[in-house]
Amino acid sequence: MAKNISFTVKYWKQNGPKDAGHFEQKEMRNIPDDTSFLEMLDILNEELINEGKEPFTFDHDCREGICGMCSLYINGTPHGKTERGATTCQLYMRRFKDGDVITVEPWRSAAFPVIKDCMVDRSAFDKIQAAGGYTTIRTGQAQDANAILIPKDDADEAMDCATCIGCGACVAACKNGSAMLFVSSKVSQFALLPQGRPEAARRVKAMVAKMDELGFGNCTNTRACEAVCPKNETIANIARLNREFLKAKVKD
Amino acid sequence: MWLFNSSVGRKVVMSVTGIALVLFLTFHACMNVVAIFSADAYDAICAFLGANWYAVVATLGLVALIACHFVFAIILTLQNKKARGANRYAVTAKPEKVEWASQNMFVLGLIVLLGLLLHLFNFWYNMMFAELLEGHAAVVELGGEFLSPTSGTAIIAYTFSHWYYVLLYLVWLCALWFHLTHGIWSGMQTLGANGKTWFNRWKCIGNVYATLLILCFAVVVLYFFCCGSVCA
Repeated sequence: MAKNISFTVKYWKQNGPKDAGHFEQKEMRNIPDDTSFLEMLDILNEELINEGKEPFTFDHDCREGICGMCSLYINGTPHGKTERGATTCQLYMRRFKDGDVITVEPWRSAAFPVIKDCMVDRSAFDKIQAAGGYTTIRTGQAQDANAILIPKDDADEAMDCATCIGCGACVAACKNGSAMLFVSSKVSQFALLPQGRPEAARRVKAMVAKMDELGFGNCTNTRACEAVCPKNETIANIARLNREFLKAKVKD
Repeated sequence: MWLFNSSVGRKVVMSVTGIALVLFLTFHACMNVVAIFSADAYDAICAFLGANWYAVVATLGLVALIACHFVFAIILTLQNKKARGANRYAVTAKPEKVEWASQNMFVLGLIVLLGLLLHLFNFWYNMMFAELLEGHAAVVELGGEFLSPTSGTAIIAYTFSHWYYVLLYLVWLCALWFHLTHGIWSGMQTLGANGKTWFNRWKCIGNVYATLLILCFAVVVLYFFCCGSVCA
């Protein structure tokens, strides 16, 4: 049985990257606890619009935990404390209690400048991907699927790495603003497969160089990233990236 | 050079210098324990490691290692602070599996460095440095007694007859233990010698190694504190 709860939302308002930003807050009354967090924010915005105030801006898209568009740092945790590893859209109000104060902040990282309120510019991730997160494929007749045999374990591991949706929770959680969990997952998904090997050295060097250039921090293995990753990526990927990078540099 | 201008490279420098320093600590701990069993044997080691060219060269190597580890730590910390951005989170919830030591390595390192300075003042200054200044026949005065710089056991006994030195050294060793419990596995992770299976193994090896190492150091401090000058 759903019950209704009342709570206070403290949300971040900021007009662009140069603005100092500040918190505003709103009392929310009688919200059914099976409302999703984003639906609750929709209700909040509707109330703000009815009051003639500017609505709160936040990122969202598919709302089914696949696209990686949601962000939001909720009560000190990226994506909030969801029931299982999941993104903000899969967070429900039953995770909160009557009378709670819910603090909503943007991903705070120098490499993710705020566009407005809690919407941040995560195009830095696209730039890292564009630097080498692909395999060069000559189009034409596709070869037989069994021409390259891949052990099931490797295929599974590569798939697990590829499930990273690039939401940026790892950067948001990291005290160093490091993007290593994201970059290492993207490096790993190719490094584990024979199709990715020919360009492995060039890829890891290009992606790490781009990551450094865009102002992400250095990884200090605190594991905050893997604790909040909605796709359960682990720092084993980071070890693999380090290995690939060292191999590539030693070969040079 | 990738060791300086890439994030992974800078971490490799931290890792390699860190592992080298752990090896030095291992040697130092083994050497210290000798003092409990035989004052003569320990003094012989002190004479061997006095102002002899190989010991001086090794000391300079150590200084370079520590300087490298420390300078890179400052560079990395400053870069990481900048990467975090100007705005701080109003609310932060530390995830359970994030260890305290892993988030405070720089502060722990600073405590270790301060302890090292005290340690150099207590021992190195009265031993190798005294010999460098006045040769092998040097004499140092400690608590009204005139000692040879090679009488290491007596210098240990003198230092740890003061309760405040014992306390400071124990705090120092505690900070070093925390630093190593993160440092050892993290160093292997940075070198890429880690993965899903080895993660727990390295953590276990790191914890056991750090604990044994610190116990070796602490036992010597406490032994000489408890039995005083009788041991020397």
